Amino acid sequence: MKLSGSDILIKTLIEQGVDVVFGYPGGQVINIYDSLYKYQDEIQHVLSAHEQGAAHAADGYARATGKVGVVIATSGPGATNLVTGIATAYLDSVPLVAITGNVRTDQIGTDAFQEIDIAGITLPITKHNYVVDSVEELADTIREAFKIASSGRPGPVLVDIPKDIQVAKFDYVEQPMITPDAKSAASDAEIAKAVEIINEAERPFVYVGGGVITSNATEEVIALADTIDAPIGCSFMGISAIPTDHPRYLGMQGMHGHFASSQSMHHADVIIALGARFNDRVTGNRAKFAKKSKIIHIDIDKAEIGKMGSMVNGVNGDIKLTLEKLIPLLKKTTKPEWQKQVDEYKVKEAARDDHRTTLSPKVAITTLNKYLAPNTPIATDVGQHQMWAAQYADFKTPRRFISSGGLGTMGYGMGGAIGAYFGTKEHAVLVTGDGSFGMCLNELATAVTNNIPLVILLLNNGVLGMVRQWQTLFFDKHYSNTVLDRKTDFVALTKAFGGDAAKADTVEELNKALEKAFSTNGVFLIDCAINKDEFVLPMLPPGGSMDDIIVKVGD
Amino acid sequence: MTKFNIAVLVRDKAGVLNRVTSMFRRRRFNIDSLTVSETETDKYSRITVTFSGEENTKDQLVSQLYKLPDVVKIKEFTPDDSVSCELLLIKMKNDAASRDDISAAATAFKAKTVNYTKDAIILKVTGESKKIDEFIKIMRDYNILEICRTGVVSLEVGGETITKE
Repeated sequence: MKLSGSDILIKTLIEQGVDVVFGYPGGQVINIYDSLYKYQDEIQHVLSAHEQGAAHAADGYARATGKVGVVIATSGPGATNLVTGIATAYLDSVPLVAITGNVRTDQIGTDAFQEIDIAGITLPITKHNYVVDSVEELADTIREAFKIASSGRPGPVLVDIPKDIQVAKFDYVEQPMITPDAKSAASDAEIAKAVEIINEAERPFVYVGGGVITSNATEEVIALADTIDAPIGCSFMGISAIPTDHPRYLGMQGMHGHFASSQSMHHADVIIALGARFNDRVTGNRAKFAKKSKIIHIDIDKAEIGKMGSMVNGVNGDIKLTLEKLIPLLKKTTKPEWQKQVDEYKVKEAARDDHRTTLSPKVAITTLNKYLAPNTPIATDVGQHQMWAAQYADFKTPRRFISSGGLGTMGYGMGGAIGAYFGTKEHAVLVTGDGSFGMCLNELATAVTNNIPLVILLLNNGVLGMVRQWQTLFFDKHYSNTVLDRKTDFVALTKAFGGDAAKADTVEELNKALEKAFSTNGVFLIDCAINKDEFVLPMLPPGGSMDDIIVKVGD
Repeated sequence: MTKFNIAVLVRDKAGVLNRVTSMFRRRRFNIDSLTVSETETDKYSRITVTFSGEENTKDQLVSQLYKLPDVVKIKEFTPDDSVSCELLLIKMKNDAASRDDISAAATAFKAKTVNYTKDAIILKVTGESKKIDEFIKIMRDYNILEICRTGVVSLEVGGETITKE
């Protein structure tokens, strides 16, 4: 049967199992939106307020489900508005297919109205991208885009479809859903070498990155730690891979990591890194990082192994499949001395912890914890609130922490939370700050219109807190452009968008607000006042090593 | 620092060279030379890359190249297992004072005069990069008007090919 290109596109999306797409219409995608109208019983379109919000929503959907998120935007500004969203997905290895319209092929290169070379622009922030040259290859290009986005280390793929390709007609033959490229375990030789090192370890540390979530390897990672009696820490991207209350779990390590987790990693003699990439926020001063440890790095992406130039024992393969082969080869041991040392770090961490009972950032997050269901997705924006959520929020299920790690995109959270809701259909949470929220709060409209049950916990300190923290510590308290001094009434604002909201200045008010928020079937924002001089602690100064860690202000 | 020579077989599609060079730029790989050419099949093009660096950098470059879906196969060459050559066109000012010296050097390097006018002489030299570097070095004593060189192309010696498993 002959169909138009835009029909073929939507039919192919449906064929690939897509039931919801996020996007924003425009001149060069009118045909695609006409096809969305035609097939609306089979595929839902969620209209955002801005293309950036749609891209983040597709990303949040993908993070929460592991499926490919899809976003559609028109040519020119529609396409360029996706760029931050695509880059966010790229840095965090999120499977995303972005579809953009473009001007007719005979107009490409002429600077026609709303023409932009989006394939050129997104070259360094996509796994791959396409400009579709003919309607004959459209369906297969979409299929290939899904395959590339979801295979190996996932990532975003962009498909640019000129207007005439959307109009042209061709036969559409339905195909089965693509399967990602088969994953495989690492080679026997690499596994044998890793086993040899792990069996000799006296102080092993299991270091969990985002790859563990992608590989769905939670059980295997815990089995590994149990076999060799190792503590487990994680990178920011590894959060939610291991249940927060697991006895071996020490939480995030790194620049704002838990003291016990960072110290255990620093003093380990063998670090088993799983799907992590030793970012500068993790290692601090790389020359001083884990100098005395042997590093075993299991990763599906060969290019990540040894990227930082450090001597590592690379084990190139899928984490789950590799651990399934590796664990039976290990000696089961207990390491009481190492555990004692780890316990001492935990005691030190507890002693230095924030013990206030008034409405501190920590209390805000731990109070929120009481209202979470096991599957609640928690999205965040970027800054201090994000780190507090990373440090103190409870997770029981992988894929429930929806946050921009690699790119650190302020404004990610609203879109991310909306996408996570569509992926899970759970009452969603956004922890945000007044700075980040100001960037993309227009997506309140999307959340209200779609009647999304969403609790927004806004930690409002009137400043750009993370930058302010650096200015306090390293820039002689020159608070250059970080004091917002805005007059925004967030409660009135949310109500103006059609949602509900309340202020919370005490723990009691916060509890009351959270109770109301979680029983509201819609958007509920809690404007929670936080002191502007709160710090995210501990803090490893940029370029510092574990010996320079700041655990208390005034240290 | 080691000199590396890498052959990359890529799908013959618009924009592939751009993808490869964009990745080099973004990841700050410093390339000495890069050539692109047709191959024995119209499905593929072949890129020859030479660069100097550490072993770890080379491994990174190869791993990052393999992540580009258009890259089909990569092979690393050493001087022992391959033949390499490039081509130089060099335009020298033609004057009485240097004409004989240039001509003598050209003969020694088996350079061919491909154009001769009263103002300029264009010489063509082929061979390994080292030979071409040396020839240019000698010509620097005279008046070089323009230089254009192709960069290295390489093939493996014997019956092996890049497409053969």
